[in-house]
Amino acid sequence: MSSKDETGWLIKDVRVIDPFRNVDSIEDVCVDGDKIGSASERKDYVPVDGQGLWLVPRLIDMHVHFREPGFENKEDLQSGSRAAAAGGFTAVCTMPNTHPVIDIPSLIQWQQDQAKNMGLVHIFPIGAISKGQQGQELADLYQMTRAGAVGFSDDGHAVMDARLMRAALSYSTTLGRPIIQHAEDHELTAGGVMHEGSISQQMGLGGIPEEAESVMVWRDVELAGLTGGILHVAHVSAPGSLEALEYAKRRNLRVTAEVSPHHLLLTDAAIREWNFNPVTKVNPPLRTEGTRQLLIQAVRQGLIPVIASDHAPHHQDEKELPYDEAPFGISGLETFIGAIFSVFMVDGLISPLDLFRRVTVGPHKVLGIHYPGLTPGAPADFTLIDPQMRWVVDGKKFYSRGKNTPLQGTRLQGRSVATMVNGEWTMRDQEVLK
Amino acid sequence: MQDLLDLESLSKQDIIGLLDLSQNMVEILDRPIKKVPTLRGKAIVNLFFEPSTRTRNSFELAAKYLSADVINVQKSGSSVEKGETLWDTARNLAEMAVDGVVVRHQVSGVPQQLADILDVPVINAGDGSHEHPTQGLLDALTITQAKGSLAGLKVAIIGDVLHSRVARSDIWVFLALGADVVVSGPPALLPQKYEEFGVEVTADLHRALTDADVIQVLRLQRERQSSKELPSLWEYHLRWGITSHSLSWAHPDAIVLHPGPQNRGVEIDSEIIESSRSRILPQVRNGVAVRMAVLFRLLGGGHDE
Ligand SMILES: [Zn+2]
Repeated sequence: MSSKDETGWLIKDVRVIDPFRNVDSIEDVCVDGDKIGSASERKDYVPVDGQGLWLVPRLIDMHVHFREPGFENKEDLQSGSRAAAAGGFTAVCTMPNTHPVIDIPSLIQWQQDQAKNMGLVHIFPIGAISKGQQGQELADLYQMTRAGAVGFSDDGHAVMDARLMRAALSYSTTLGRPIIQHAEDHELTAGGVMHEGSISQQMGLGGIPEEAESVMVWRDVELAGLTGGILHVAHVSAPGSLEALEYAKRRNLRVTAEVSPHHLLLTDAAIREWNFNPVTKVNPPLRTEGTRQLLIQAVRQGLIPVIASDHAPHHQDEKELPYDEAPFGISGLETFIGAIFSVFMVDGLISPLDLFRRVTVGPHKVLGIHYPGLTPGAPADFTLIDPQMRWVVDGKKFYSRGKNTPLQGTRLQGRSVATMVNGEWTMRDQEVLK
Repeated sequence: MQDLLDLESLSKQDIIGLLDLSQNMVEILDRPIKKVPTLRGKAIVNLFFEPSTRTRNSFELAAKYLSADVINVQKSGSSVEKGETLWDTARNLAEMAVDGVVVRHQVSGVPQQLADILDVPVINAGDGSHEHPTQGLLDALTITQAKGSLAGLKVAIIGDVLHSRVARSDIWVFLALGADVVVSGPPALLPQKYEEFGVEVTADLHRALTDADVIQVLRLQRERQSSKELPSLWEYHLRWGITSHSLSWAHPDAIVLHPGPQNRGVEIDSEIIESSRSRILPQVRNGVAVRMAVLFRLLGGGHDE
């Protein structure tokens, strides 16, 4: 395609699904420079045929691990950003469990500078709740907020100390940013590597009970009530957690939650099917079919307003270890859209607008980030999706350094075919352009 | 049969075939000259990531009675510490041109992972809390010798069933051969979900032992105390120890098994070990016979299928 310099793009006859404006209709979308323009102005646009495609603005994945600094053999900001572009994301939130931990304003600033230089994806960093994620002392949350942090988490670990959690939640009211809890009682999960149930008992693998998560969610909901704090529960995977969320909703507490695509698509039966291959090892672990159905229902009902990948890339060597010794995590950015499509769209469990609300408006609200939707003057951040495309997952072709996916060989439907960030294509036809 | 990784996936027919073959091997062990030339020229590696002299010796003797060459490889510590992946381990073995690998590992599933990479037969000599298939077979053989058959017997497995690879292999083989299986021990150490497979799960030792024909007593790992799952060993003995008192609840002809080594005075009293009820010594002998049968079946060539 011949690109005319700095003129702009006109995406014609595309199905616009814009949860920010609550719009689902066939439109033309035009891009002027780095902004959305208005198609009425006569100008020299490069046309793009949008027939049969969906266009969704500002897809954001609010839970990714890009591993830099410290673990660049697993991923770095560039490989992670390319994976995000390939997966159709225009923005991500990076978790701070790097080495060193992202717990000071200069590191928050540095990540955003890197993202700007690369121009692949907006990075909205998450800072640590506690210094060094040690769970002992609060990090400087205000200064990190000033530097651009949009939330705080000790992800990878839970904040076990209730007194520290109380302090963090109460401080969050002064920042307008959420405290994102990786909810897990470490005493209850010690030695566990998969969901505790019939299959863990058959396979002789250490179990992680659902209650290890839900006891922590209940505690945190109570602390959110005590403090009025802003709590967001990461990667929910337990029925008891959903009940705690319902309770919080009834009391109008400022509590939200996210779920990961792998918990919506897979169950602990996958661990048997993969025959001890640790590619299925993830924390929280893949649960039972009953829990999976409850999570799907909670997304449909809006109890869970966010879907986030928990993209956790690992080096191949680490996934060739014995199950107990292999690290937890799934490389999830590049299968995200196909996975949620396959769960919700194929059977029509939810409208496209409601599904994408959980990857656009939902996380923006949780994090307190403003985006106006596809209106003239808005940053031209959007994704073109082919809802009919059927494809087979092959981790070896990922842009991410983490090839670890239990969806290897799985047939999915729905895929991002082009991504634009600030008016520039970052991916077209599965090829990342930067 | 390409590998012996677990008993869960073995058919009843395969199990019976292996037990019949094991009984033939027992007869070879009774001969004054035990060595047969069946596996001459074959090389077997005993790859032990977790030390176990008893099991290793048993496999080594079994291989030697069949005239195979045996190499013992002892590895300790985690793969992470050694910087070695399972893929490296497997490739190194393949380069040594061995004909079979016997593997023991402290992590469940490692024999399966190795079998996925290796072309030669892999025999699981115990993996984590998963399975210990040759132990399950030797227990079944021991019971069959004493009782004629497992069909219709009540077999009680007592102790830390949740973390026991022996119990898991026992359960599958006993169920396959038609026994009624009940497991008992402290509730936190019982696999509650096993009721789904038709196993009775009860913390009540009296209930478990009443009219039992066979009692398999599991070794109590002392680290269960530090992991907060148990009170004192003495209290364990009081409630789940096999003593002449608790044994009196069982069928008068009940036999007692233990995979060894025993914690005397904890899970079982010395007087039971030394009584006529005990089949602990035949278990050891049968262990060699079963391992001979497994090696023969997997490495003997041409015989099977
Ligand atoms: Zn987490």
